Amino acid sequence: MKIKDIPREEHISNSLSCAGCSELLAVRLALKVLGKRTVAIVPAGCMSTVNCYWPQIPFKTPMFVSPFAATGAILQGVSAGFHYRGVTDVNVLAIAGDGGTADIGMASFSQAIISGRKFIYMCVDNEAYMNTGGQWSSTTPPGALTTTSTLADVAEPSLSNHKDLLAIAIAHRIPYAATASPSYPLDYLEKVRKAAATNGPSFLHVLTPCPPGWGFPSEKTIEIGRLAVESGMWPLCEYQDGQLRITHVPRQTRPVAEYFQSQRRFRKLRPEGIAQLQKIVDARQEALEKMVSPRD
Amino acid sequence: MPEKKFLTGNSAVAYAVKLAKVGVIAVYPITPQTPIAEKLANLVSTGEVRAEYLRVESEHSALAACLGSAMAGMRSFTATSSHGLAYMHEMLTYAAGGRFPLVLAIANRSIGPPWSIWGEQQDSIQQRDTGCIQLYVETAQEALDTTIQAFKIAEDPRVLTPVMVCLDGFHLSHAEEGVEIPDAGDVERFLPPFRTSATLDPDNPMTLAVGASGEQYTLWRSEQQTAIREAGSIISDVDEEFGQVFGRKYGGLVDAYRCDDADLIIAIMGSFAGVARDTVDSLRQKGVKAGMLRVRAFRPFPNQVIRQHLANARHLVVIDRDLSYGNEGALCSEIRGALYGQGNVPPIVNFIAGLGGADLLADEIESVAQEAIQMTRPEERKTVFQFLENK
Repeated sequence: MKIKDIPREEHISNSLSCAGCSELLAVRLALKVLGKRTVAIVPAGCMSTVNCYWPQIPFKTPMFVSPFAATGAILQGVSAGFHYRGVTDVNVLAIAGDGGTADIGMASFSQAIISGRKFIYMCVDNEAYMNTGGQWSSTTPPGALTTTSTLADVAEPSLSNHKDLLAIAIAHRIPYAATASPSYPLDYLEKVRKAAATNGPSFLHVLTPCPPGWGFPSEKTIEIGRLAVESGMWPLCEYQDGQLRITHVPRQTRPVAEYFQSQRRFRKLRPEGIAQLQKIVDARQEALEKMVSPRD
Repeated sequence: MPEKKFLTGNSAVAYAVKLAKVGVIAVYPITPQTPIAEKLANLVSTGEVRAEYLRVESEHSALAACLGSAMAGMRSFTATSSHGLAYMHEMLTYAAGGRFPLVLAIANRSIGPPWSIWGEQQDSIQQRDTGCIQLYVETAQEALDTTIQAFKIAEDPRVLTPVMVCLDGFHLSHAEEGVEIPDAGDVERFLPPFRTSATLDPDNPMTLAVGASGEQYTLWRSEQQTAIREAGSIISDVDEEFGQVFGRKYGGLVDAYRCDDADLIIAIMGSFAGVARDTVDSLRQKGVKAGMLRVRAFRPFPNQVIRQHLANARHLVVIDRDLSYGNEGALCSEIRGALYGQGNVPPIVNFIAGLGGADLLADEIESVAQEAIQMTRPEERKTVFQFLENK
C-alpha cells in the first residue's frame, strides 16, 4: 500500500476529539481502508463519550456505544448474527480503549478471541482512562504519572504491573494480531487490511499518543508516536500463522530518556528510574528479537 | 400437530425457543437455569434447532451477545438465575434502555449469602427497575406458552422492550409435568418474523445508544415508560390471541381464581399459586369466601386490573418469595400502591415465605389467612415470616 492508495472517502467527520488526537486519526484511517460496510462497536472511551452525544454524531458508518465490559461479547453476537444471515461483506469492528480492553473488558475480549468468530478488535491505547481525565490503566507505562498513581508507582518503575496485550492475544492462538501506530500509516493500514482479510478474530493494538493526557503540544502527535517506536517503547510487530515478526525496524534508535523528556506524564521519573527503564526496554527488545521467526 | 411430552419447566422453555426459531442463543451456566442451556445445546447438536450457540464467559456477556445478534437482525435468547442475573444487571438496563426486543428466561433462585441454590424470586424482583418486562408463570406449560408469547410482546413495535419469563427454580424448572408442545406451523403463524429497529445496517447507518442531554434523556425515558405501560394491554391481547390459536390462556396480566365474591384474597406470583388455590378451596369449604389473585405481570404492574379484583375484598394476604429489606415484600408494596386512594383499603398481611427454596404448605397459608381475617381496621398492616412466631 502507498499513501496515494489510501481512499479519499471519509467515514468520520465533525468529531469533538481534542486537537492532535491520534486516536481519531487511527480510527479515521482504519475506516478509510475498511470502507463504509463496517459496523463499529465502541465502548466508553474518547471515541464514544467525547464524540457521540446527540446531536453530535461523527460516525457515518453504523456504530453502537457499547457497555464498557461487553465489547468482546457484543462483537461475538454481531458476528454470529451476520453469520447466521449469511452476511459476508460487512466488517465487524471494535474500537476499544486500553481500559476497555486490558482492564474491565478483559474477560469478554478473551472469550471473543476463542469464539473464533470473524471480527477486528482494535484497541486504541492512550495508556490511561483519558476521557475521564487520565486515570491509571494496566497499559499505563511504568514511570508515567496518572491521576490515580502514587509517587511510589514511579519511584521504582517495572513491568510487573503492566499487561502485554499482544502477548495475551497470542496466548489465545489468535489468527492475526499486531501492534501499530498511526505515525507509521502504511505499516498500520497494511495491518488493518490483513486484519480485515483474516477469516476469524484479529487484534490490532494501536498506540495513540494523547496530547493533553501525556502532556505534549498537539502538533507533536506524530513525532511522539515515532519516538515511541524509535526508543523501543512501542515495537511494531505482527503475529500471523503462528509466527511473530517485527514489521518495522527504526533506522535510528533513540534512548528512552528522550521519549520520557518529551512528555509531562514522566516528570517525576528520576535518573535512576530512567536507567532502570532503559534496561527493561533493552531486555524486552532482545527477547522480542529472539521470538521472531528465523526467516525474518 | 401438537405433541404431548413429560417436560420440566426448563425443557419447556427450550422447546419454546426452538418453536420461536431463535437465531442466536448465548448462555452461561448457573443453577437452576443450566438445563435450559444444556437442552438447547442438545437441540442445536441434533439439528432440531438451527441457531448460532454462543458459550460466553459470563451472564453479562450472554445478554451483551444477544444485543449484538439482535443488532445484526436475529431473534436472540438467553437464560439465567440468581447471581447470574445480578451479574447481568448492567446489560438489563442497556437492553431495556436501548429498546432491544430480547427474551430471557429466569429460573428464579435465591441470592447468597447465606448460600442457597434453591428457589425464590428475589433475583428477578431486584431487577425490577431495569426497564424489563417481567412475567411470572405457574406451570411448565405456561413457561412454554409464555416464552412464545414473550417474543411477540417484546417485538411488538409499540413495545420493543426485553421480556423476562420467570419460572420458579426447582419447583418449576426441574419438576416434570405433561406439557403440550404446540404445532410448529401454528407458532409460525402466531409469531411473525423477527423485527427490530435498532440494527447495525451499512445501508441504513445509525449510531445507537448515543449520549443525550437531560432534556433528550428525559424524553427518551418517557417514551420507554409509554412503551412498557402500553405493553400491559399487549400482554393481555397476546395471551387472548394465544388462547384462540392454541386453546390455552392465562388471564393476561393476572390470573384470578374465585375472586368475584371473595372477602379474602391471597395474592401471589409463580408456581406456589397451586398451593394458594388449594388453600382457597379449603377455606371455602370452611365457609370463608376466599379467592386467589396470581399476578403474572410484575412489570408493567397491572394497577388497574388489581384494583378491580380487590375492590370488594375485606382481607388481603400477599405472599412474597422476596423481601425489600427495610420495608416489606415487593409484591405487597406494589399492591398497596395500587390500592392507594381507593377508600376502604383492606388490612394486609404480607407473608414472606418460600425463601431459599422452602416449601410452602396450604396449612401455613391458611393460618396466615386466619390472622388476616382477624384484622379489620382499614390500612392495618402486618408482615409475617414463615417459620417465625409472629406477635
